[in-house]
Amino acid sequence: MLRWIVWRDLMLAWRRRADMLSTVFFFVIVVSLFPLGIGPETQLLRTIAPGVVWVAALLASMLSLGRLFANDYQDGTLEQLLLTPQPLFLVVLGKTFAHWIVAELPLVLIAPLVGVQFDLSRETLWILFLSLLVGTPVLSLIGSVGAALTLGLRGGGVLISLLVLPLYIPALIFGAGAVEASVMGTSPSAHLSLLGAFAIVSLLFSPWATAAALRISLE
Amino acid sequence: MSRELKLTNRPQSVTIAAEDDKILEVSKLGCVRGDRRLFSGLDLSVSPGTFVQLTGPNGSGKTSLLRILCTLLTPAEGKISWNGADIRSLGEEYVAQVTYLGHRHGIKDELSAVENLRISNALNGVSVSKERAADALGQMGLAGRESLPARMLSEGQRRRAGLARLLVCDTKLWLLDEVLTSLDKGAVSLVRSLIENHVAGGGIAIVATHQDLELPAGHTKRLELTT
Repeated sequence: MLRWIVWRDLMLAWRRRADMLSTVFFFVIVVSLFPLGIGPETQLLRTIAPGVVWVAALLASMLSLGRLFANDYQDGTLEQLLLTPQPLFLVVLGKTFAHWIVAELPLVLIAPLVGVQFDLSRETLWILFLSLLVGTPVLSLIGSVGAALTLGLRGGGVLISLLVLPLYIPALIFGAGAVEASVMGTSPSAHLSLLGAFAIVSLLFSPWATAAALRISLE
Repeated sequence: MSRELKLTNRPQSVTIAAEDDKILEVSKLGCVRGDRRLFSGLDLSVSPGTFVQLTGPNGSGKTSLLRILCTLLTPAEGKISWNGADIRSLGEEYVAQVTYLGHRHGIKDELSAVENLRISNALNGVSVSKERAADALGQMGLAGRESLPARMLSEGQRRRAGLARLLVCDTKLWLLDEVLTSLDKGAVSLVRSLIENHVAGGGIAIVATHQDLELPAGHTKRLELTT
C-alpha cells in the first residue's frame, strides 16, 4: 500500500515536473544571490554560508508544501485516500516521503554544488550535504502538519509559513550549527546527533498529527 | 427548527430479506453543520440486497448523510452499526466494505483513466490488471480513450472514468452522491444496470439523486429528507 502511494505521488510529480524544478531553481538562485551581493570576501562568505543555505532550504520547502495535499483535496482523491482500508498515518507517511523525494532531495543533492560559491572546504561541503540529508525530512514531516491544518483555507500559503517556520527553528539551529562547527574546524557530530534526534521525534509524532488534521479539514 | 423525516417503503417493493438480517443500522442519527441542524432522529435499517434512494431538496443533508455513512463526517448524535458493531470501532474493517463516490470525481488530471482506476483500486487493496482496467473502462464507453490524460476528457467522460470503479470493486456498500450529473442517457442506464446487478448480488446501494432511478425489481427503499 505504502509503495503505491509513494509511486502515485512520484508519478504525479513527474507529470508536473515544472513544479519540482521551480523549487530547485528558487533554492539555487536565493543561495547564489548572496555571494553576488557581497562580493569576493571569502572570510565573510564562509561565515554566513551555513545560515544562508539552510534558510534558503526552509523557504524553498515552503513553496512546495502548499501542494502536498491541496491538489488531492481539490479533485476529491484525498477523500478517497481517507477511505482506503489502512491506517491514515501510513497514507500520510507515504505522501510525506514522496514529498521529501520530490521537493527536498534535489536540494540536498545540489547544495554541495551551490556551496562552492561560498569558498567552503571539501569537508565542510560534505557536512553541509549530511546536515541537509538528516534535516530535510524534518521539514517535510513538520510541514505536512501545517499543510493539513491549512487545507482548504483562503490564503493558506501565507498561513502555512506562519505556522510552520517557527517550528523549523530547532532544525535550522542544529543544521546550520553543524556546518558552522565544520567551518570553525570543530567536530559537527553533536549538532548532527541532535538534528537526527529531532528527525526521529518528528517522524514519530507528525504523521499522527497530520492524520488528525486531515480528518478535521475534510469534515 | 423542527424537521420531519419521511421514510416510506414503496408499495410495489417486495421484501426479500427477513427482518432480522439488517446489516446496516442507523439509529437516532443527527447532523449539525455550522449552526444549522440538517436532520435529527433519523432511523434506517437496511438488509443485504437493498437499493435506497435518497431524495430531498438542496441543502437537506443528503451529502452529509452519505459522508457520515462513510465515516468522513462525525455525526452530532446517534449510532451507526454494521453487522451489529459500531462503524467507528470497526474502523478500517468497515471502510474496506464501502465504496463512496462523491461530487468530485476523484480522478487525477495528470493520470490516464487506466492509471487512475488501477491506482485507486491498488490503494483499496484490490489489484487490477491493465487488461481488466481497460475492459472496465471500455464497458463505461471510454474505449480508445483509456490512455489519454484525464484532463483531455470531457466532464461526463471523467465521471464515467470515476464510475468504472464500481465495475472492479468488490465492496458490499455503495454510497453514491449525485453520480448522475453530467451523464448522458446511455450512461445513466449503464449506472442503473450496475446498481441493479450489485443489489441482485446481495449488495447495498444508497444513492442520492434528483433523477428517479426506477429499478424494476428488488427491495427498494425511499428515504426523503425534508427541510
